[in-house]
Amino acid sequence: MTGILEYSFMQNAFLAAVLVSVACGLVGTYVVIKRIVFISGGISHAAFGGIGLGYFLGINPIMAAIPFSILSSLIMGITSKKVKISEDTAIGILWSFGMAIGIIFINLTPGYVPDLMSYLFGSILTVPVNDIIIMFLLDLIIIITVLLFYREFQGISFDEEFSQVIGMPTTYIYLLLLSMVALSVVVMIKVVGVILVIALLTIPAAIAKQYTYKIGHMMVLAVILGIILTIGGLFVSYIFNLASGATIVLVLSLGFICSSVIQKLRNAL
Amino acid sequence: MVVNAVEINDVCVKFNKHPVLQDINLSIEINDFLAIIGPNGGGKSTLLKIILGLVTVDQGEVKIFGEDPGNPSNPIGYLPQHVSFDPDFPINVFETVLSGRYHGFFKKYSDEDRIKVTDALREVGMLEMQDRQMSQLSGGQMQRVFIARAIVREPKLLLLDEPMASIDPEMQNSFYNLLLKLRERMAIVLVSHDVGAVSSHVENIACLNRKLYYHGAVEYAAASLEKMYKCPIDLLSHGIPHRVLKKH
Ligand SMILES: Nc1ncnc2c1ncn2[C@@H]1O[C@H](COP(=O)(O)OP(=O)(O)OP(=O)(O)O)[C@@H](O)[C@H]1O
Ligand SMILES: [Mg+2]
Repeated sequence: MTGILEYSFMQNAFLAAVLVSVACGLVGTYVVIKRIVFISGGISHAAFGGIGLGYFLGINPIMAAIPFSILSSLIMGITSKKVKISEDTAIGILWSFGMAIGIIFINLTPGYVPDLMSYLFGSILTVPVNDIIIMFLLDLIIIITVLLFYREFQGISFDEEFSQVIGMPTTYIYLLLLSMVALSVVVMIKVVGVILVIALLTIPAAIAKQYTYKIGHMMVLAVILGIILTIGGLFVSYIFNLASGATIVLVLSLGFICSSVIQKLRNAL
Repeated sequence: MVVNAVEINDVCVKFNKHPVLQDINLSIEINDFLAIIGPNGGGKSTLLKIILGLVTVDQGEVKIFGEDPGNPSNPIGYLPQHVSFDPDFPINVFETVLSGRYHGFFKKYSDEDRIKVTDALREVGMLEMQDRQMSQLSGGQMQRVFIARAIVREPKLLLLDEPMASIDPEMQNSFYNLLLKLRERMAIVLVSHDVGAVSSHVENIACLNRKLYYHGAVEYAAASLEKMYKCPIDLLSHGIPHRVLKKH
């Protein structure tokens, strides 16, 4: 078991697990408390359009996914605020539209498309150093933004109308928050894939929420839980030779179930 | 010349082409203590939201201390009629009130802010619960916290949308006393259905049901108000006593 640490790809995998957990702890906390799980799901699937675009242009798909998912998060945010169609309809449309764009771009890309499955379902064991660096930089942006806009993010999550009254530009702050969701989606794509990103974005924060009533504590706890559960999933997938992304999500889900049961028992006593 | 706290001229508001407020003219002076009464759906909350800049008017002009509504520097404190938040939201009483001291981007809360929060919590009788999580409060306790959040800004104009809903009689009394203290420093507008209680405390009354049927001193309205209480909905929604009420 300890032997696996020696492989450099395992070291990358651990680094990836930590980087992913930082994003899911910080941004996931807002996703859970502001109840924007569905729009986050939309953003993560739409990001596949960026992946396709990257293949088509012959650049790193992760790089292409950054502007693409930010753009789609802004479109979803603005549509859900300003256009008189129901929010979940707008999200549903953009969700599938982004994926369709990705598929068309990949269709148009001549020749063999390598690693396509890793973007769809994740592959934590094959995250290249380049992507680790990108993930690190995105994490840095997320941390700084959350520190700078902590009050504003808390305000619009708790009571948007009052926040507007006391002078917060709530729509812009909401769009900034959605951009952070977009960035954390990009951080997570390589680890669990666009389809399963939403699990990482919600589960650690949802577990943390059961144990604390402070946003800051919730973030720290979610980061720690994220690290434990993703690395746990990584080991399980390594031992049983299972798809890593899916195994990580299974471990996360199991973690959530266990925690909920523990909470129920604690309350019952 | 002293600028009025609120100046509303010929304002109309429509929701889905349906007029909700019509031909509203209303000025609120900087030391006014005004109660807005009217039936459900009469447009009281909408009127407050116009002043706050949350609802834009279809016609007419609104000025708040000479500025456009929605200007972040407008010194307004606000108690919404309903605050819809996730009951499990990770925030405690102190933090909730502290958010009322928000100064703008990158400006941290100071020690002074925290002192003001403590003062406001004491005034609404919630100081000993300052560390409680919001979801662990009763409806009336929550209402008190939101009242504290409105006054902690030390606004020049305080808008309270049904502040007495779910507040017990004892607290109502001390809350009216608090308002009497506050009104030396600010204009206060409160929406209420309990016209009897309100009229013995406030200075002016506005009766609103799509149109503004009356706006003036309580004494002056007393006779007509007394009549209205017997069948308030009738009087307000059918507008029979227009003759009795001074047309604004
Ligand atoms: N966002 C909205 N969209 C459409 N119609 C609205 C909206 N908000 C309010 N209305 C309508 O405007 C009218 C006035 O509503 P408002 O909330 O101002 O009444 P109110 O006097 O505060 O009533 P209550 O005593 O029940 O609080 C109502 O008929 C309501 O249906
Ligand atoms: Mg109302």
